[in-house]
Amino acid sequence: MVKISKGTIAYELAKGQRDISIAEFFSRNRHLLGFDNPKKALLTTIKEAVDNSLDACEEADILPEIEIQAIDMGDDRFKVVIEDNGPGIVKKQVPKIFAKLLYGSKFFKLSQSRGQQGIGISASVMYGQLTTGRPAKIISKISKNDPAHYYELVIDTKKNKPDIIKDEVVEWDKNRGTRVEIDLEATYRRGKRSVDAYLKYTAVVNPHATIIYTSPNAEQIIFPRVTDKLPEKPQEIKPHPHGVELGRLIKMLNITKCRTIQSFLKGEFSSVGAGTAKKICENAALRPSRTTSRLSREQAEKLLKGIKKTKIISPPTNCISPIGEKLLKKGLKKEINAEFYCTVTRSPSVYRGNPFLVEVGIAYGGDQRADSKATLMRYANRVPLLYQKGACSITKAARETNWRSYGLSQSSGSLPKAPATILVHIASVWVPFTSESKEAVAHYPEIIKEVTLALQEAGRKLKKYVKRKKKVKAEIKKRDFIKKYIPHIGGALKELNNLDEVKEREVEKLLEEILKQDRGKLKKLGILDNPEYDEEFAKIGRKKDASAKKDK
Amino acid sequence: MQVLKKINKVSDEVYKSILNKKKPQLEMPIRSLSNVDYNGEFFDLGKRSKKRTLTASTIKTFAQTLRMMAFSKELVKSEDIATKRETYYVSKNWAEARFKKQTESDSIMEDIEAMMRVNREQLGFIPEEKGGDIAGKLTVIDKDQDTGEEIKIDCTKFGSGAYSVPISVENLKFKTNAKFILAIETTGMFQRLNKHNYWKKANCILISMGGVPTRACRRFIRRLSDEADIPVYAFVDGDPYGWLNIYRTLKVGSGNAAHINEYFCVPQAKFFGITADDIKKYNLPSHPLKDIDKKRIKDGLKNDPFIAQHKKWKKALKDLRKMKVRAEQQALATHGLNFVMSDYLPDKVKDPKSWLP
Repeated sequence: MVKISKGTIAYELAKGQRDISIAEFFSRNRHLLGFDNPKKALLTTIKEAVDNSLDACEEADILPEIEIQAIDMGDDRFKVVIEDNGPGIVKKQVPKIFAKLLYGSKFFKLSQSRGQQGIGISASVMYGQLTTGRPAKIISKISKNDPAHYYELVIDTKKNKPDIIKDEVVEWDKNRGTRVEIDLEATYRRGKRSVDAYLKYTAVVNPHATIIYTSPNAEQIIFPRVTDKLPEKPQEIKPHPHGVELGRLIKMLNITKCRTIQSFLKGEFSSVGAGTAKKICENAALRPSRTTSRLSREQAEKLLKGIKKTKIISPPTNCISPIGEKLLKKGLKKEINAEFYCTVTRSPSVYRGNPFLVEVGIAYGGDQRADSKATLMRYANRVPLLYQKGACSITKAARETNWRSYGLSQSSGSLPKAPATILVHIASVWVPFTSESKEAVAHYPEIIKEVTLALQEAGRKLKKYVKRKKKVKAEIKKRDFIKKYIPHIGGALKELNNLDEVKEREVEKLLEEILKQDRGKLKKLGILDNPEYDEEFAKIGRKKDASAKKDK
Repeated sequence: MQVLKKINKVSDEVYKSILNKKKPQLEMPIRSLSNVDYNGEFFDLGKRSKKRTLTASTIKTFAQTLRMMAFSKELVKSEDIATKRETYYVSKNWAEARFKKQTESDSIMEDIEAMMRVNREQLGFIPEEKGGDIAGKLTVIDKDQDTGEEIKIDCTKFGSGAYSVPISVENLKFKTNAKFILAIETTGMFQRLNKHNYWKKANCILISMGGVPTRACRRFIRRLSDEADIPVYAFVDGDPYGWLNIYRTLKVGSGNAAHINEYFCVPQAKFFGITADDIKKYNLPSHPLKDIDKKRIKDGLKNDPFIAQHKKWKKALKDLRKMKVRAEQQALATHGLNFVMSDYLPDKVKDPKSWLP
């Protein structure tokens, strides 16, 4: 009999203990990335690719033109193809970008972009590979005179490394751009959270992009650009000391080329000058001239505490690029046939050292239903957020805003009951999502406060209109009420003054005239001329789409 | 006919202003206690008026007033009459201008009376309400409805019953040698006095008002008192309703019918009781004042022009408020069923100091 000591158990256990690669971890926790169910998988895949394309185009000052095809291959399999006219990707980067998780240009810098962590598209590739066993097919070309490179890629999930299956040069009729083709298991549904809705919502806040979409039903929908002006390019900024966490700080200390702590603080962060750097060191009880390379974990912690203790001016906020009140209104008008539109762009603010900015648009009245709650459209860095409504700080702010004081009815803690669409856009160098699937904005008090202020500002604009409308409505009601009794006056006078019927009609006509002249002209309200409204466009993604029923 | 002229004048004005593209309007006095002047004799109509025209708040009553005027014109022209209730039902043909309750149509009717300074009988409208019951030393001279022949009605000959005051009393004549008229609030007290022929003993005329006296009742007492030149004594409950609503209306008229008060009140009436002093003097069983009683006392002291002019009444109300009680006429029965006839009323007749103005 073998006597088992504690030591031996540990050895036994050790056999089962090994590194889990990030890729493997995510393959088992796909919901964290937005692949919880087949319906969402289709949306997430397309969304990640489109987000990347838009980011790349804007970075290269190119007006985006993106073509999306979702092809139903039967048996719950789909092929999605996303092709852009962006700057393309240099050959050797292609495998890493598409087949290595946490690889990207966006993780180490702070800039308002759609992608943040470098997970999205490679996660899609991995999901496709896991569900269909097929590689992702990529073509990319960086200029007219360069060749187009074709890759077939899978991810080595154990090592989180690209596995290149095919690498060749092909003919491609585009001057430049990137084409991604992924096979995946998915289902297609229309409605509020569909690919259709996502693309439409994207078009609303990206008026400079043309999006051509061929749905699994082989319908082609084109969302044409409504402006040739690219959004102002967001500036990259260095992180603000108040925004860093310990892990990040250690990482930064590891890779910095600055020798001393003081020059590190001054050189790698925004809003830190020599004086502030010294002050931080003082508060951290570290010598400013200490070298960064031999800082222990405990000392890094001390440094972070020093940072927290020190007052540091806010980061520059010119790095944020809003959509702008004018373009936001244009986008809303295209989507909703309303009576009244108002938009608000707040000036930038800061949460935990990260600059951010809130924009709000409201479309009121018109074709929208008055007996249900207002529709809330959430955006972060121009990307529509379709899932996890309840967990999002935008929703929280919108629900907790007192819409009653702006003339709408509302039961407490919920969205107002009104014929309205409320659009909220948060732009930031780092949007704090609640999870990697980027569906909800985390509850930072500074963000909730700014969203609330923006909603209130828009609410005040709306109130004026709602009040006016109520007044006109009340006036119409009064007039109609008075008019009801005019025939009775005519009838009574007919008997009292022995009038014939002609005279009686005359009396009634004169009374209506007197009434009009007495109460003044009625202001015209109701659906105004809205040449930007596109009925076909507005139908997309609507739940009660007639053709959606046909599908079933 | 005068009434027709008045109606035509009003409707002509409305018609003309419409033809001139001006907002037509009807103007009429406000009928309320807040718009009466007490001239020492009766509540006269004050100067404040209201307008009805093409506004959301007045259009309905504007149309209703015109419709009722048209209906009245038809009645007067054809020498017909309609009861207040019938008039209310006639309005049911006026679609959205119809009345929802009879009180609404009654009110418009009184507005037309006030606007034209006529009474409803002249407009062709009559009430359903009874005028009151009479027993005692009085002969009423009426006419046979068919022949026009004189009929003499001897009010001593009704036994345990009584003569009923008709709706219109203008054409009645009276013959009496009674010494006074006793106007009684409750039918119960009237029955007791009538059953024991109190009128014979006291040589008087008994009238049961049955609560707040109707116009006909007030007019009957007034004409009888004027023509026979005999005093009127009121005998009601010892509570704010009996004093302010019943007695005051009998004596000086009401707030919302001030336009007819001049002829429909009895300024010579005196108040027998029950007074606050009676409650103490006769040690009458009482009930605590209800909230509504307290409110009536408060309103009376504050808003009633009649009370304002009579210190004795002010004192009476204040006394009652202090005593916190009210007593009914029939409480006198505590000293024996006939105490009211043997003691209370004879005492009162003898002692004018125990009366209130």
